[in-house]
Amino acid sequence: MQTNEQMSHAGAAGAGGLTAGRPAEPASFRQPLAEYSLVLIFVVMFVAMSFGVEHFFSIDNMLGLALSVSQIGMVTCTMMFCLAARDFDLSVGSTVAFAGVLCAMVLNATGSAVIAVTVAVGAGCAIGFVNGAVIAYLRINPLITTLATMEIVRGLAFIVSHGQAVGISSERFIAFGNLTLFGVSMPIWVALACFIVFGVMLNNTVYGRNTLAIGGNPEASRLAGIRVERVRVTIFLVQGAVTALAGVILASRITSGQPNAGEGFELNVISACVLGGVSLLGGRASISGVVVGVLIMGTVENAMNLLNIDAFYQYLVRGAILLAAVLLDQLKNRGERS
Amino acid sequence: MSSLLSFENVSKVFPGVRALSGVSFEVRAGEVHGLMGENGAGKSTLLKVLGGEYQPDSGRVMIDGRDVRFACAAASIEAGVAVIHQELQYVPDLSVAENLLLGRLPASHGWFSKPRVVALARARLEAMGVDLDPTMNLRKLSIAQRQMVEICKALMRNARIIALDEPTSSLSHTETEVLFRLVRQLKRERCALIYISHRMDEIYELCDACTVFRDGKRIASHADLKDLPRATLVREMVGREIADIYRFRPRKLGDVRLSVAQLVAKPLTQPANFQVRGGEIVGFFGLVGAGRSELMHLVYGSRRKQGGSIRLDGATVRVDSPRAAIRHGIVLCPEDRKEEGIVATASVADNINISCRRHSLRAGVFLNRRKEAHIADGFIRQLQIKTPRRSQKIRLLSGGNQQKAILARWLAEPELRVVILDEPTRGIDIGARHEIYNVIYQLAERGCAIVVISSELPEVLGVSDRVIVMREGCIAGELSREAASEQAVLSLALPDRANPAAHGVIPAA
Repeated sequence: MQTNEQMSHAGAAGAGGLTAGRPAEPASFRQPLAEYSLVLIFVVMFVAMSFGVEHFFSIDNMLGLALSVSQIGMVTCTMMFCLAARDFDLSVGSTVAFAGVLCAMVLNATGSAVIAVTVAVGAGCAIGFVNGAVIAYLRINPLITTLATMEIVRGLAFIVSHGQAVGISSERFIAFGNLTLFGVSMPIWVALACFIVFGVMLNNTVYGRNTLAIGGNPEASRLAGIRVERVRVTIFLVQGAVTALAGVILASRITSGQPNAGEGFELNVISACVLGGVSLLGGRASISGVVVGVLIMGTVENAMNLLNIDAFYQYLVRGAILLAAVLLDQLKNRGERS
Repeated sequence: MSSLLSFENVSKVFPGVRALSGVSFEVRAGEVHGLMGENGAGKSTLLKVLGGEYQPDSGRVMIDGRDVRFACAAASIEAGVAVIHQELQYVPDLSVAENLLLGRLPASHGWFSKPRVVALARARLEAMGVDLDPTMNLRKLSIAQRQMVEICKALMRNARIIALDEPTSSLSHTETEVLFRLVRQLKRERCALIYISHRMDEIYELCDACTVFRDGKRIASHADLKDLPRATLVREMVGREIADIYRFRPRKLGDVRLSVAQLVAKPLTQPANFQVRGGEIVGFFGLVGAGRSELMHLVYGSRRKQGGSIRLDGATVRVDSPRAAIRHGIVLCPEDRKEEGIVATASVADNINISCRRHSLRAGVFLNRRKEAHIADGFIRQLQIKTPRRSQKIRLLSGGNQQKAILARWLAEPELRVVILDEPTRGIDIGARHEIYNVIYQLAERGCAIVVISSELPEVLGVSDRVIVMREGCIAGELSREAASEQAVLSLALPDRANPAAHGVIPAA
């Protein structure tokens, strides 16, 4: 019991410490081990795949891997805030689809990429705001609320597109999705920027610390003078905006807005968070963990594709990984909350 | 007459606390036995031993002269014991009948027949003379009726030993009468009853005998309450010598700092008015449920006010959220440290800086880690918070050290004007108490207006310049330090049925 508690404590403290830049302090031997257990799992996996899977360890494949997780990576950042505040968001997959469709339609109608992206991101903000306001002010369970908005927004995506994929004709917009800098394509840069911005926000701003405090103990946070409702709404609003941006980037990559895009996206994002040590009970999150979580997800998927594993079996593996992640979370939390 | 239930030398130790030490007493069949004592005197622990929730470390529990040892709650129920706690155990969305028969629902081959359950329950309710509709959902019943269901449930299991823990604390006057009728009926049926209450009148009205507890020990048993003066009971309950752990320091009082006028809101039964001067420590005493914490949460803005005004240093201020309160220099250390005070998942440093960090930001958004570390380390040293490092999770600290960290959270505020402490030393050992009292005196010397809520009478008397007593949702009276004797404070705090003024205003459940 004692060991478990110390382990879990060390894991929690360690994960935050990676990017927090706190001064070095004496720690037990067990602490760094638990701190890097995730990184360790990833490194072992990566090395094993580099040797075991043909074509895995190459620049092209690495860039492909990064590109394939770039949208998940962006949204994982904001989902981390959401889970850290003891909230939940199932609507992100639908938002990705809706934003993509909306962006493509506005683009075709106006010919202006700026207007199209603005409208799509604005719609994302609106969805996030509705989620947040219903959850924080009307006190409806986040799971139910976002389950409902997930259905509603998916419906909207089908309605505005009449159930058809909306092709994008603007060459410039498609080129925008394929821009590269130092050989790395734009979506990867955006995801990287998200990791940095949200990492700094979590560790070095009042907003980030208040998010963790709210997730750790909402009542104590309120009594300590934190505007709990406002922070929660902000989290959802930002999540809506970033998710919509991810949807726009996806649309640009696949040169069309697909109303059925991003199905199961929300679960991949949440899996990556949980895999990265974000507690579903709130109050615990780290950006380094989330990065590793996303990379583990991407690596497994990439390796399975390279190994030509049947898509049907890939479902099994993804499910198993999610289960393993939740079990890991449970083990970490054991002894923390009875 | 032999006893139906007896305790012999029962002891129970928790880490750091002797909850029961060598307690012996007995209850006869057909007797209502009152248990009295302050909060934490050991009454509830005793009931939990009886209910099989705790196992005694030593000593014996005997029923009908035979040793019993309950490994779990089910074993206790099996032996004919029913313990009815203050927090009732029921399923709100099931009917009275289903609640009564829960766990033993009559069924044939797994099929459950609702009419049969209702019929069975109705027959038993009628036999007990209780007027309740068995098809009604418990959610729709009053608290008293739910309690009735609980007692009936015990009787349907043929309980012969029934213990009631403060059953009337949330009942109105008429509901109490209904309960008393049932208790008297049980008495006639030769059950042995244990009755815990803080209300003197109830003990005198209902009980045949009574036992007083203090600090986990049995202080006295009285076989006959008829000629027993109340003063004796009160003395036995609270009459410990106040060793001077408080080291009260008189100070010069300033002008009125906090002035609360005509405050009206839900749990209060009368508009509340009180004032606290700069440098003054005002103790708020009252029984559990008297509305002290609720009143302070109203002042702090964490509960919604329906009317009234709060003035600070003569100027009216709007306090409609804790955030607003803090910005006016009003802070509150909540009663429930774990649920309302600490953020368990965060570090000691984060818990200390959670509010004051707004003063040390860089560019208005970014944390100043160095400054925060400096503040945390400063308070860890000053208040002797025992933690290996500031980044330690606060949940791994002892209660006293957590409390000190929460005090540090408020001491770090640059402009403190009013400090409200709700049960600041609950569950805290003597050493840490000293330090907490010292902080209180220092704050007062700095000119803060201080409110200390405590259920521990010696503490209230020990630290306060003035004592305000609350009873049943209103301020019952006010005593200066000189006038505040234990008897004087208690007589204001205990609801007295002879006093009609106190009884027109029973709080709603």
